[in-house]
Amino acid sequence: MWQAAGPATGKEKDRVLSTANTQALPISVSHVTKTYGAVHALDDVSLEIESGEFLTLLGPSGSGKTTLLMVLAGFTRPDHGSLKFGDREVIRTPPHLRDVGMTFQSYALFPHMSVAGNVGYPLRLRNVPKAEIAERVAGALETVQLGGFGERRIDQLSGGQRQRVAVARAIVFEPRILLMDEPLSALDKKLRDQMQIELRSLHEKLGMTTVYVTHDQREALTMSDRIAVVNHGRIMQLATPRDLYEKPANRFVADFIGDSTFLPVTRRGQQIVFEDQPLNHAAPAPEAPSLLLMARPERIHLLTGTPQERMNTFEAVAQQVIYQGDSYLLNAQLHNGEIMSLRGAVRQGTVDGLPSEGDRIRLGLAPEDTVIIDGRES
Amino acid sequence: MRWLTSPATETQVTHGQRLWLYVLSVVIMILLVVPTLIVIPMSFSDSQYLEFPPETWSTRWYQNYFGSAEWMLATRTSLKVAFLTMLVATPIGVLAAYGLHASQVAFVRIAFVLLITPMMVPIVLIAVGAFYAYVKLQILYTVTGLVLAHTVLALPLVVIVTGAALKGYDMSQEQAARSLGAPRWRAFLTVTLPQIKFAVVTSALLSFLTSFDEVIVAMFISGGDNPTLTRNMFNALRDQIDPTIASISTIMVLVTTGAMVLAQVFGQQRK
Amino acid sequence: MQAADTPQRSYETPVPSGMNAAGLRRDARLERLKLFGLSSPALLLVLVILVIPVGWLFYVSFIGANGQFSLENYERMITRKSYARIFVTTFQVSLLTTGLCILIGYPLAYFLSQLPSRLASLCLITVLLPFWTSLLVRTYAWLVLLQKRGLVNDWGISLGLWEEPIKMVHNMTGTLIGMVHIMLPFLILPLYSTMKSINRDYMNAAANLGASPRRAFWNVFFPLSTPGLFAGSLMVFILCLGFFVTPAVLGGGRVIMVSMQIVSNIELFVNWGAASALGVVLLVLTMAILWIASRFLRLDQIAGGGH
Repeated sequence: MWQAAGPATGKEKDRVLSTANTQALPISVSHVTKTYGAVHALDDVSLEIESGEFLTLLGPSGSGKTTLLMVLAGFTRPDHGSLKFGDREVIRTPPHLRDVGMTFQSYALFPHMSVAGNVGYPLRLRNVPKAEIAERVAGALETVQLGGFGERRIDQLSGGQRQRVAVARAIVFEPRILLMDEPLSALDKKLRDQMQIELRSLHEKLGMTTVYVTHDQREALTMSDRIAVVNHGRIMQLATPRDLYEKPANRFVADFIGDSTFLPVTRRGQQIVFEDQPLNHAAPAPEAPSLLLMARPERIHLLTGTPQERMNTFEAVAQQVIYQGDSYLLNAQLHNGEIMSLRGAVRQGTVDGLPSEGDRIRLGLAPEDTVIIDGRES
Repeated sequence: MRWLTSPATETQVTHGQRLWLYVLSVVIMILLVVPTLIVIPMSFSDSQYLEFPPETWSTRWYQNYFGSAEWMLATRTSLKVAFLTMLVATPIGVLAAYGLHASQVAFVRIAFVLLITPMMVPIVLIAVGAFYAYVKLQILYTVTGLVLAHTVLALPLVVIVTGAALKGYDMSQEQAARSLGAPRWRAFLTVTLPQIKFAVVTSALLSFLTSFDEVIVAMFISGGDNPTLTRNMFNALRDQIDPTIASISTIMVLVTTGAMVLAQVFGQQRK
Repeated sequence: MQAADTPQRSYETPVPSGMNAAGLRRDARLERLKLFGLSSPALLLVLVILVIPVGWLFYVSFIGANGQFSLENYERMITRKSYARIFVTTFQVSLLTTGLCILIGYPLAYFLSQLPSRLASLCLITVLLPFWTSLLVRTYAWLVLLQKRGLVNDWGISLGLWEEPIKMVHNMTGTLIGMVHIMLPFLILPLYSTMKSINRDYMNAAANLGASPRRAFWNVFFPLSTPGLFAGSLMVFILCLGFFVTPAVLGGGRVIMVSMQIVSNIELFVNWGAASALGVVLLVLTMAILWIASRFLRLDQIAGGGH
């Protein structure tokens, strides 16, 4: 069965993994629904993932992102829907015939097998000849920079090394799709940042379609071609990292990704107004019953002289300044009581010149940064 | 005596203040172990009355035991039944535990309770019930009958021990194996089973001992050509104190201790 | 039915809502069946060897001497004094054994839980060895030790503790000594594992808040150990209710418990009705106690605690 899906049992001479012998597959999810009792874990989800794409499912815990990944892997059987890998309908295919590589949050390395035993396991299942297994295991370990670690026991490895073994095991049989379930969540921050870059460059090298699950928005922004923000079993928005950050579809997405200040605004004729003050905004406002102005803290200016033309200005009273090392955060209260946060880079002397508590200040927001979003949560 | 005034807990209670607890505990531990072990030297006594320490040593009670066709027959039956019980109870119990663990059906709890009922129902009732059933099934006084009944008694232990091991086992490993291309049965055999093998071996030992030590059910359904050792021992005990039983007891204690040591050694290897 | 259903559903969510739904349902059912099938040999065996025969005993208990439905087997239990005495004895022995086990077992479990883990596992062997040793062997050992010319009497007299040999076996004393010895591990093991899981920070916190070690023990440690104590005591009590071997050997016919009466009803009098009725009452009592207990504790914890 699996021969049909890929060149897994091929006879290519050069067995070190490279872009050349991996051909990615597109994934098509349509109308997948999964309910547990009255709870919709997945609510009529449809999603097209392009061949070779790095797509991240991002959402809070319980949002359904892992459920969706488990549907792709075949461990969760949805109530209905369709799932295609390329042209092949696989929704009813059992997991072991799907030929997708997968890494697990707990790594799920087999403690009773050595590193090489783990990585060679999928090849043994496919009856690959012994010599070839050794060769391909060595190649896969080389790919994840663990050359020579084959004889180690799993409990002798550090967290980062385990993560690499898990990746090597998932790619050694050259699946055309790779699924990763919060692969970096157990690592500390430094290592996590390093592994993000490594996984991303590994993806560029191997080119397989990758679906990545995380709850860490920064990780998602760093790694992905596109991000699907998931909440309550539905996809809130599917977009590139930049579009997601700059043009969030609704308040949930804006809130989940990055920090922002939200100010209630209304439509008056052609204009969008905040407290009777018409706003200049570059992108058109969405059609929605309630609207919000989303202001990212690092896009807000602290005005001293005359503002640039068309810049929106807000009168405010300075509150506390929070020093955060590389940047500072200045909270300011607008006259309607809302708090607006402004983030600035800390350079020599900047912090000393900042307004102190109680000072009257003016904040400015360029039209390009004045983003009007749908005020609903979803 | 510095030790007496040194703290025994982080709240600075001293060992001296706890001395009474230590003395009491040691006495209880001695009382737990000694009565069983003291039978061993007594079994080598030459006297009818099993003194301690024996005035004259002899192995006559062992000769008595090994020379008796009746005791030998019973021993053979007991060993055979215990071994077969182990061979039947372990696989079907492990499969049941796995099935209950892996499936998320509503009546898993009911099935679990049903599987551990042999532990809850008074054993006399099981014995009487089996006696009646075996008369109807015509397997009274047979090895088959004994093995089936003892398997039922051993199943709760297998299901509980294996079930506990499965609870502590990360099932995502089995998912990983399946994602890598292993069908479910192969994932179980190559990934899950090697990791719960300690529980499986413990289950097997427990099944063996459950059958080997069992008295009441054997009283009812063993006999004729297939009497068990425990059945004969119990009958002998009710009549008079036969020193031969001391020698049999010694052998049984050694078998049990051996099994325990085996389990320990196996447990150490796992780490 | 089907026809009325379909258009309505497709009205709510357009066409693809049913995509593969039937097939997926079938797969799910099949998988459930397969997984559940794994436990069917075990379930079948328990059903045939235990549930059905016990069910039959239940039926027999309602059949009188004349072969008709009758409550005479149960009436006998109420009207005959000897039966009442048997139940009283059974409860007496069970309660006393459980009480003694708690008094002896709690300090030992506490002691073990306070030891460094290597020493604790060494000391635990003294609990596990009797636990694994044949019940019959241990009962026999006590019979030998406690008899008139036994070791205990010998030593007691030679130390001058008493003058004449005391009768310690073939009566209630012997039965209780044997039962307590056999039941102790069932109490200690779950109690020990509960005590092990009590975080020492609780005791330190109590001390920090001003509690003396004694107060800290009674206000903090003891309440936290009660689940294990409860599980262990329950296990001991339930096992005592149905006990047979030890009272039969060490009681010497003077301590008659329910299960012994059941056996003699069948072996001596071949009275299945009477035996079954006693068995049913014993079973109902056991199940009632377990049922009440299960409202406070999970059943598998009780069962799992013993091993």
